Amino acid sequence: MTQAPVQQLDQIFVMLKHWLVGYVPAAAQPVVSSLLSVVAILALFPALFAFTTVLERKGLGRMQNRYGPNRVGPFGLLQPLADGIKSLTKEDVVPRTADKAVHFMAPLLLVAASFLAYAVLPVGRNMAAVNLDAGVLYFFAVGAVAELAVFMAGWSSHNKYSLLGAMRAIAQMISYEVPLILSSLAVIMAAGSLSTVEIAGRQAGYSGIWPHWYVLTPWGLAGFLLFMIAATAETNRSPFDLPEGESEIIAGYYTEYSGFKFALFFLGEYLGMFAISGLGITLFLGGWSAPFSFLTWIPSWIWFFAKLLALIAVFIWMRGTLPRLRMDQLMNFAWKFMLPMALLVMVSAGVWRFLPHGVLRWIVCFVMIAVPYVLLGRGLLQGKKIGKRTYRFAE
Amino acid sequence: MTPLTGCLLVSSLLFAIGLGGALTRRSAILVLIGIELMLNAANLNFIAFWRYGPHSEALTGMLFVIFSIAVAAAEAAVGLALIIAIYRHTKTTDVQEMDELRG
Amino acid sequence: MSLSFLILALLTLGGAVAAMTLHRLVHCVLALTVALAGLAGLYLNLGAQFVGLAQILVYVGAVAILIVFAVLLTRGAEIASQMDSSRQGRFSALAGGVATAAAVFAVLAWVVLHSPTLSAPAATMTQVAPQAAMQQIGDALMRRYVLPLEVMGLMLTAALIGAVILALEEKPEAQ
Repeated sequence: MTQAPVQQLDQIFVMLKHWLVGYVPAAAQPVVSSLLSVVAILALFPALFAFTTVLERKGLGRMQNRYGPNRVGPFGLLQPLADGIKSLTKEDVVPRTADKAVHFMAPLLLVAASFLAYAVLPVGRNMAAVNLDAGVLYFFAVGAVAELAVFMAGWSSHNKYSLLGAMRAIAQMISYEVPLILSSLAVIMAAGSLSTVEIAGRQAGYSGIWPHWYVLTPWGLAGFLLFMIAATAETNRSPFDLPEGESEIIAGYYTEYSGFKFALFFLGEYLGMFAISGLGITLFLGGWSAPFSFLTWIPSWIWFFAKLLALIAVFIWMRGTLPRLRMDQLMNFAWKFMLPMALLVMVSAGVWRFLPHGVLRWIVCFVMIAVPYVLLGRGLLQGKKIGKRTYRFAE
Repeated sequence: MTPLTGCLLVSSLLFAIGLGGALTRRSAILVLIGIELMLNAANLNFIAFWRYGPHSEALTGMLFVIFSIAVAAAEAAVGLALIIAIYRHTKTTDVQEMDELRG
Repeated sequence: MSLSFLILALLTLGGAVAAMTLHRLVHCVLALTVALAGLAGLYLNLGAQFVGLAQILVYVGAVAILIVFAVLLTRGAEIASQMDSSRQGRFSALAGGVATAAAVFAVLAWVVLHSPTLSAPAATMTQVAPQAAMQQIGDALMRRYVLPLEVMGLMLTAALIGAVILALEEKPEAQ
């Protein structure tokens, strides 16, 4: 009898939805059911965005020996509300020579595309808005629209910094999309499905106390790291924030946006970050499944959001730690390191699948990834000696 | 009018629009866009026949479109590289002015 | 013929017309993406999920961006061609092109509307959307169509290398 309430708590949102849908006539039920999912996504993720901005500003503040926002509300928690009111009441300045229609549509397209991606993310057991047969493909197809939105923003502003930022952003997004898709291809190969629900379900089992997450295999770990690096670049987060490097090209493609449109870009960027982290969780970190078999009593949706917050914390940590890359370093890294490594991860996933269970396949797959990693790293350094870092302080 | 006829009419109109553009516009890039539209009109036909024709379980029409999309991507890449190479020499993308090979 | 089909068809055709008639090249490319996205919607509407999503991924994500890059790299030409847009014989060329396109459409439409196989009663057509699970597509690609797939991979690689070599900046010959 202890199992029943746990399962009910796990499925509470699913049951709530069924209960609500039960009140409308049968003809309208599919529509209402999808509408409810859409409303949930539209309410939840912007709230998470608001919370994350505070988290990020406070976290960065701590890393830089300052407080961060602490005036509005308790611990500065109401800061996003103040920011929202500020951006709503600010004047919306559009450059006179700007291409008005395109300038107006760019932020809308970005936010719409970012929201669409959430449709296939399983945020809990039985909790994906749609179970598409080609879910991962859908995710990447929708993500491709964001690239176009970035270009539209940069081009329509008629500002050289905007155009430079947009060109940088597109070059970067296209380059890093290749390792991103290749590393997820390894998981698709292992799971034998393109459906995100199916992939998350495949990782829900346990051996002893250990889960069957793909990240707990040599190729999965390498693939996950590649995926997250590519995801950082894809969402233009530091250290890959060249497109919006404020010290070089002011703010890149959204230099000429102000007021609420600027806030929309901000929202779109964070939504993109959550979505791609969510896909990373679904593909490599077992989606909604618990990390140990004895923790399965905690509802699945809590696990998903715990993992999401952990990944966001890593993003913030990286932003506070790493300096921005140079353009040539960025491209070299994508094409000379990430691409070959992603291909190797794919081959290694294939080898893993066809070798018998045991120590042998661990060793083979580990060697297949570790040796090229070391060789590639050495090769990219091109004989440069990197000694111990020395710090000089003011005496 | 059956759904299949509707699809075919849409696709022939799309083809005609692409053809008209490719014939009348002078920018090489727009000619390429017209060609892309014509290719896509053909793809729509394949999907329509796959959907409404017999033997849809063989997936022939669908797979033809997949291959066709890949060919179109390669075609666009090479075509645009050619346009850029020509632009570098002649400083124009106007197809009317690319007449160096005229006898 | 359903309402969604009509809306998507109008979107596609409107985008295509805009792509071929607008003045600024970037607007043409954006209109092209609308047309191609509408076409992807038509594929989805016809039950071809994989093809529709691949269409968005390849055309909106790659081809449109590629064309945009080409437009920006050849920006000098657009300004130059705007200067001398009034040229002799322009109108006749336009009329000729449009007339050819209209003739082609007329022939195609006549064939479609008068074909005996197509005008067969709707009952002989497949009414339920055929199933095309990802599994089946994968099987077909890896078994029956594996040779075309390999050829396609080879051709894409060749096209990639060819495009890079063509667009590569030519270095002045070392004397």
